[in-house]
Amino acid sequence: MSFPLLTATAALPALGAVATAAVPAARRTAAKWLALVVSLATLALAVTVLVRFDPDGARYQLTESHAWIKDFGVRYELGVDGIAVALIALTAVLIPFIILAGWHDADPLETGSRRWRPTQGFFALILAVEAMVVISFEATDVFVFYIFFEAMLIPMYFLIGGFGDRAHEHGEETAATQRSYAAVKFLLYNLVGGLIMLAAVIGLYVVAGNFSLTEIAEARANGSLHMATSTERWLFLGFFFAFAVKAPLWPLHTWLPNAMQESTAPVAVLITAVVDKVGTFAMLRFCLQLFPEASKWATPVILVLALISIVYGALLAVGQRDIKRLVAYASISHFGFIIMGIFAMTSQGQSGATLYMVNHGISTAALMLVAGFLISRRGSRLIADYGGVQKVAPVLAGTFLIGGLATLSLPGLAPFVSEFLVLVGTFTRYPVIGIIATFGIVLAALYTLVLYQRTMTGPVKPEVSAMPDLRVRELVVVAPLIVLLIFLGVYPKPVTDIVNPAVKQTMSDVQKKDPKPEVEAAK
Amino acid sequence: MSAPAVHSLWTTAADPISKIDAPKIEYGQLSPTLIVIGAALVGVLIEAFVPRRSRYWAQVFVSVVALCAAFAAVVALAADGYGTTKAHIAAMGAIAVDGPALFLQGTILLAGLVGLFTFAERRLDPAAHGKRVDSFAAQAASVPGSDSEKAAVRAGFTTTEVFPLLLFAIGGMLVFPSANDLLTLFVALEVFSLPLYLLCALARRKRLMSQEAAVKYFLLGAFASAFTLFGIALLYGYAGSVSYARIAQVVDGTATDVDPALANTMGNDALLLIGGAMLVMGLLFKVGAVPFHMWTPDVYQGAPTPVTGFMAAATKVAAFGALLRLLYVVLPGLRWDWRPVMWAVAIITMLGGAIVAITQTDIKRLLAYSSIAHAGFILAGVIATSKDGVSSVLFYLAGYSFVTIGAFAVVTLVRDAGGEATHLSKWAGLGRRSPLVAAVFAVFLLAFAGIPLTSGFAGKFAVFKAAADGGAAPLVVVGVISSAIAAFFYVRVIVLMFFSEPRPEGPTVAVPSPLTMVAIGLGVAVTLVLGVAPQYFLDLASQAGVFVR
Repeated sequence: MSFPLLTATAALPALGAVATAAVPAARRTAAKWLALVVSLATLALAVTVLVRFDPDGARYQLTESHAWIKDFGVRYELGVDGIAVALIALTAVLIPFIILAGWHDADPLETGSRRWRPTQGFFALILAVEAMVVISFEATDVFVFYIFFEAMLIPMYFLIGGFGDRAHEHGEETAATQRSYAAVKFLLYNLVGGLIMLAAVIGLYVVAGNFSLTEIAEARANGSLHMATSTERWLFLGFFFAFAVKAPLWPLHTWLPNAMQESTAPVAVLITAVVDKVGTFAMLRFCLQLFPEASKWATPVILVLALISIVYGALLAVGQRDIKRLVAYASISHFGFIIMGIFAMTSQGQSGATLYMVNHGISTAALMLVAGFLISRRGSRLIADYGGVQKVAPVLAGTFLIGGLATLSLPGLAPFVSEFLVLVGTFTRYPVIGIIATFGIVLAALYTLVLYQRTMTGPVKPEVSAMPDLRVRELVVVAPLIVLLIFLGVYPKPVTDIVNPAVKQTMSDVQKKDPKPEVEAAK
Repeated sequence: MSAPAVHSLWTTAADPISKIDAPKIEYGQLSPTLIVIGAALVGVLIEAFVPRRSRYWAQVFVSVVALCAAFAAVVALAADGYGTTKAHIAAMGAIAVDGPALFLQGTILLAGLVGLFTFAERRLDPAAHGKRVDSFAAQAASVPGSDSEKAAVRAGFTTTEVFPLLLFAIGGMLVFPSANDLLTLFVALEVFSLPLYLLCALARRKRLMSQEAAVKYFLLGAFASAFTLFGIALLYGYAGSVSYARIAQVVDGTATDVDPALANTMGNDALLLIGGAMLVMGLLFKVGAVPFHMWTPDVYQGAPTPVTGFMAAATKVAAFGALLRLLYVVLPGLRWDWRPVMWAVAIITMLGGAIVAITQTDIKRLLAYSSIAHAGFILAGVIATSKDGVSSVLFYLAGYSFVTIGAFAVVTLVRDAGGEATHLSKWAGLGRRSPLVAAVFAVFLLAFAGIPLTSGFAGKFAVFKAAADGGAAPLVVVGVISSAIAAFFYVRVIVLMFFSEPRPEGPTVAVPSPLTMVAIGLGVAVTLVLGVAPQYFLDLASQAGVFVR
């Protein structure tokens, strides 16, 4: 038996989480370093997965399969396709930066030191989330996926509710209330989504008799497993609802701004750049493969919802006064693009969507982490409290600008490629929707540049005049992300090479072909 | 009675002794029950003859040995194949020895053992005049607030009678799910109910509340018992027998020999339907299903917390066992009549328990309503009427009982000057003050909520899967919705513990003796093992899923 690489990639951060949590209270710094080392080791394993993965090989590679709960027809089945490999790599890359960026976020306060704020817990929870996200990307058994998809909520919930920004404009008491509100909102939205999915998971078992993605998809393809149209649609809706909450798709998005606003910047990045990707990933992997007919049936509605997400998220971002909320609404807009790309049912759209997931992760991480550094300096999240920062902290302002430009998909930076692919892919099949979605980009330019202009340019506000520039630790976080953004913007081929074969497979699952170019007809 | 009938009685009785068959009792197969009841009798003797200072240790020793021995006997019987191939009906048709019976007896015994540990805990209450005391009244007979009560407290009395009472209750619960005729069922019901009524009244603190709870429980329980008994009488009238097998035959219409004395009433459907309904009603009272749940919150709140934990776990196991046997062995022919009713009961139980729980402010009442919601989930499995349904219910009960006892054991730890601090507002910030206790309680709450990787999820999945397989998809949807509602209030408690500021005069967490630690530790261990690697136990439950007829 070969080395279970996929299990190891998920198990390592899980064990690291336990070890980090067990570090004695006084050895806070040791816990941080332990978490960082574990996340880097996980990154090494993820790179091994990337190297060992053959894009032109079998659909699912590095597979593992063991009996688990026979009575429920559950097998512990793992396997990765190109899409999963790309997202595992994204997760493993981002976690060390998240840990590094949150280095001091969970230090006990000097005043009132008996407060419950254990550093160990913070880093252990981040690693626990990483473990669960990774195994969700790897699972090819619906039940295994479901379990970790749900269990992920618990560490996330504690990260959101237990650790907030150090300074808060309304005082610590209000901050705690708002945090716990955000945490509960996050949990309830996702739990309801998850429980509705549970009903669908049980339904799937009743219909199919097992949970193996590959077996069910194969049985559906060769006709040995027949699903009544209405059954398939109900099951599809059950699954899609959970993923749409997680992603999040309008109108199920309202938990995201609260959660991102109240949590610390690294946790906000963890939510939007890592955890939410499980939702969009699962649409590609489970909705399209298990219920191809129902997916096609639901496509028009989902596209409209995605379009609303794009425009509505961007419009609300323009109006925000709070930096983190602004990024949250921008993310909702971007998730709209991703979901639109998935359900446009063209190979450009789906490749673009997958690439978008990766790029959005990196660009949001860059923007949000720099925003977090900014907020921690001034102790306020309100845009109006800043001004002229670029004069006192030019490096900070510069990195913030690059993060922002990436968010608005400036050509030359990574998100441009993916957004372009998604729009092209959508346009070939649904020109009207593609055209309306383009307005999202215009609005993106508006909210990003206005944000930059108000915070970084203009006269220097007295409160920010003594603001220090980025420290070494912060530069170590931001610089590699910016390098990645530029590299993938100029040369996205490494990612597309891995992703494209998997997208072709998914397209053949839903039996969709790319529309023929219509140049001939136009003549 | 006519003259010849009387005469025949007379003559039969006058027959030589040799003509009466000696009852054939399979002592070995009944040994679990016999051991527990025997130990309970020994406990009564200890109360009478052992000096007061040694009673506690003698009682705890006898009880622990008895429960372990009884559990060993259950395991030996199961290993001998009585759960599967050698399943049969023992004791002249009164007791069934089969898979479900043995599984449930094993569960009840383990729950009883863990419950016993919480009963025997003596480190939580501050020592009264230099003597360690437990959560039970110094002297049950003394009037609350009276001089005699003060004298008893000063003398350091403790009510060691709770141990034999517990054993009697367990003895009755062991018989309840294995009873194979209606009279045995009723006797078992009373044998386990009466000690519970008493135990409920024995709280050391808030004695009036405890006594009120006991009176409520007793009155409503007696009412339910009367219903049960009336139902039994009607069923006897219908079938001419109290034997499960015989009634099932008459329901199916396969009975050939008809007792002439009952020829007029036998096969009268009105008797069957009313009798069956009343009998089921009595059992639904014991499991706490809506609309027979009214006693649950008051009794759970008033009873001493160790009793609440034991009662919430073990009574549910025993009563669901009996309900399963009744519906699957006696009334399967009536399936089309009882299923719609049970559907309705399950739906209102799931929703009712979950919705009312939202507004609760007392942790014990909250857990009481949560137990009602759980009764609804288990009913969904009962309704499946399949082998899967039985084994999923067995599995659920096993997981649930450990979570419940563990959760109530944690409740006993959180105390202030007035004893246990059960008001939810006092739990605020517990996670910051005692992270470990709060984390353990959070694990139990997550298991109640059915979060994956806990026993609660595996159980819920098993039950819902069986229900969906049995064509009850709408029930599954309702179950999922009420799970979501229930999750809200479990989460609320977690929020309170971890994200709220601790109160300055908040409660402290008492450090318990190893007894309670074992009870809580076992609860956590079982919760996680059944959640992560449930296969072995699912196998066990599925092998045990066939009733002997």
